[in-house]
Amino acid sequence: MSIPASHVLTDHLSQVIGYIYPNEAEIHWSILIVVYPYITGVVAGAFILASLVKVFNVVEVQPTYRLALLTALAFLLVAPFPLLLHLGHPERSYEIFLAPNLTSAMAMFGFVYAWYLMGILLLEIWFEYRHQLIEMANSGRGLMKWVHRSLSLFSQDTSPEALAFDKRASKIITVVGIPSAFLLHGYVGFIFGSVKANPWWGSVLMPIVFLMSAIVSGIAMVILLYMVLCLVRNEKLDMRCLDRMVSFLFYAVIVDFSLEALDFIHRLYQSEESVKILGELISVKLFMNLVVLQVLLGMLVPLALLVVARRGNFNEDMRKLLYFTSVLLIQLGIFSTRWNVVIGGQLFSKSFRGLMGYKMEIGGLEGLLVAIGLMVAPFIILAVLVRVLPTRSLGEKPSPAA
Amino acid sequence: MNKREFLKDMILFIPAGGVLHALAQQAHGLAAGDPGPYGSDYDPSDHLYGMGIEVEKCIGCNRCVEACKIENDVPQEPYYFRTWIERYTIGGDGEAVVESISTQPQPGGDPGPEDRDILRTFFVPKLCNQCANPPCVQVCPVGATFQTKDGVVLVDETRCIGCSYCIQACPYGARYLDPRTKTADKCTFCYHRIIKGMLPACVEVCPTQARIFGDMRSRASRLMRFERMNKINVLKPDLNTEPKVRYAQLDGEVR
Amino acid sequence: MKVPEQVIRIGIVVAVLLTVVLVLRFAVIPPSLFSTEQHQSSTIKRELATPVMHAGVATCRQCHADEFDRKSAGYHKGITCEACHGAGEVHANDPMSVKPIAPRDRKFCPVCHGYDPSRPTGFPQINPTAHNPVKPCIACHDPHDPVPPETPAECSACHAQIERTKALSSHALLPCTTCHEATEQHKIQPRMALPDKPSGREFCGQCHASDSRNRSAPKVDLAAHGDSYLCWECHYPHLPEGR
Repeated sequence: MSIPASHVLTDHLSQVIGYIYPNEAEIHWSILIVVYPYITGVVAGAFILASLVKVFNVVEVQPTYRLALLTALAFLLVAPFPLLLHLGHPERSYEIFLAPNLTSAMAMFGFVYAWYLMGILLLEIWFEYRHQLIEMANSGRGLMKWVHRSLSLFSQDTSPEALAFDKRASKIITVVGIPSAFLLHGYVGFIFGSVKANPWWGSVLMPIVFLMSAIVSGIAMVILLYMVLCLVRNEKLDMRCLDRMVSFLFYAVIVDFSLEALDFIHRLYQSEESVKILGELISVKLFMNLVVLQVLLGMLVPLALLVVARRGNFNEDMRKLLYFTSVLLIQLGIFSTRWNVVIGGQLFSKSFRGLMGYKMEIGGLEGLLVAIGLMVAPFIILAVLVRVLPTRSLGEKPSPAA
Repeated sequence: MNKREFLKDMILFIPAGGVLHALAQQAHGLAAGDPGPYGSDYDPSDHLYGMGIEVEKCIGCNRCVEACKIENDVPQEPYYFRTWIERYTIGGDGEAVVESISTQPQPGGDPGPEDRDILRTFFVPKLCNQCANPPCVQVCPVGATFQTKDGVVLVDETRCIGCSYCIQACPYGARYLDPRTKTADKCTFCYHRIIKGMLPACVEVCPTQARIFGDMRSRASRLMRFERMNKINVLKPDLNTEPKVRYAQLDGEVR
Repeated sequence: MKVPEQVIRIGIVVAVLLTVVLVLRFAVIPPSLFSTEQHQSSTIKRELATPVMHAGVATCRQCHADEFDRKSAGYHKGITCEACHGAGEVHANDPMSVKPIAPRDRKFCPVCHGYDPSRPTGFPQINPTAHNPVKPCIACHDPHDPVPPETPAECSACHAQIERTKALSSHALLPCTTCHEATEQHKIQPRMALPDKPSGREFCGQCHASDSRNRSAPKVDLAAHGDSYLCWECHYPHLPEGR
């Protein structure tokens, strides 16, 4: 973590309202810790969307199955970097593997990440693509031929029994993958939810709310990427697939909104000691982020747009416009949600008597530029992945836009 | 398989098992004949250190804060404190106003809140509570912070990865991230002094003996008398951290 | 049953990874990197090796017995040398090289003795601007035996907050001795000879009963007013018009 220059902390002090413990002047979990749950959330959500096809046999969503897997992989590859950049000693991060403290939720990061990456996602992608990789290796030339050959682990068997085995293995891995995806993002919710010292975080609902918003952001991301990809390739969108995905998104947003509303109402009703300072936190520091960005623009407006899109008998283009706007707003809303949880929880004092400010640096290892870079990186990785591992199945012709 | 093959396999397995066992022992890092970090004449399980604070004796002079910073090489900036003093002023309207007098050092004594209608006003020293059920130890992902057998919570600055989870988990705001080592740091009860039978620096320099240090396993200690003669309170008892810093005359407004 | 070749290939990759991990963990990486016991042990060693900065009064006394003995008889007997003179271990180890500070500035003593309402009542406090301005504190008060040159005439020397509160009240012109009898001994050994406080309603009645000869005090019928409670259970005598 970059050493905050004295003047940065002096700025922090000037933003203090009321009384804070002296050590609380410094905000420790910065925008990078906002980016991390956002990224793993997309991973979990994209994988859940993919599992709809494999496990729950929702065949309409099949066209985006591969895209969902690759999206999950692209975001998963970026996931450790916000954490490494945030640590005071990233060179010692191997200690999490060697000597994990078994009572710490954070200690399971290394193992859950490694399991999910290697035991679930890479394995799933390998089984899905194995047949196509063999074909591409046999018909390709030059470097790409060797890339495809090594990715297929030099496999050559394309007999019907082998292909059937691929499908069965894929299904089993997905079944195991669903709870693994829940664990991958749920443990982040637990990290926050188990902190009894912080009433904004410490709540039983926290892991569940995290998970539901992850599913929302993941499905929305795949929809967004599908629409962008078809646009870029000049292909025709499968509207049945899009409509089906949007309906899943709709239900997910409703559940997510209900859970967050429940949390809010419950807190207000119980009226514990912390309710005063939390009320001040929302009205003074988080009003724009919470009420306007997260709730209004991030959930209510997209929900309304989706309802309108489903009820009204619009033509394809109008529906696509409504969907695109909704998923963009949803991404903004979920990012705000992460911000409000992570940064919001650090903006009030544990003495319950004061509020602080967060001054985000622009440059620096934990600054805005790095955060933007980390958010852009998965898309770049995805672009590379889509080149190497095509999202169209064998023999499937691209459908040109009308 | 037949008897011969079985025996052949056994001959391989037994030494292999032995090697694995030796490796496992080495993995635990146990070395024979090591007297331990304390030397042979101090047994940490004979002691359990705690502190008592008499709120009504504190005059808010900040000697403890300064002594601590010198004794423990704490960064001088007003954002890093192992111990600090809070001032509470409860006005006639029942509203409590709190400020920390340690962050703005007043060389001449603070004129104080003059024009308010004051019901009660007092100083409260704060520090790491060295909890017996510490949430910071629970959440450290690499076990860098731990409890010694004599009840002091320490931080291993060679293992700490600087994730700040312990700082988030501490309900008392006792921890900070040292900007020089980029690791977590906090009050250690002046461990290097108390093992030698000295007092922590803050207790040593307090002019009014508002801070009392002692060994809960000792039969005659100032701390035991403190526990006997006062109604004892701790900070945030509902969080079940079992703090070992006990307060006498603690006002309900203190968080 | 024939094992599918995919399983074999995956199996090889897994086996290679597992072997690498196990070899690294058990053969290559030394225990000192991860053994919790070793780490805790070395942390304790490191903590114990932290240099001591405050020497303690016993050490100061070895050379400065005169000042120490003078201090142990006076009002500052409970204060360690280092509370005013700063950390002294470096000086104790090499007395000629480093001298501790000897605060002689007027700004220093008010750190403890400047008036502050949050300080406990009975703690001697002065107004740093008004109390013998410009003169250094040590001109009249020996820091090692800080008996004031004259016994304070007013209670406000130690009970400044009460005095300031009373000064705003209708009892402002009443001296403290109107209600509290204090012996001279109280000014010398405060906790040994405490002043007394009134014990009954009739005391306040001397001024406030309907038949009292006092002309300016508000009157009440003591028989009817306030049941049988003592007056100061409701009225704060130092600020009766306050709440």
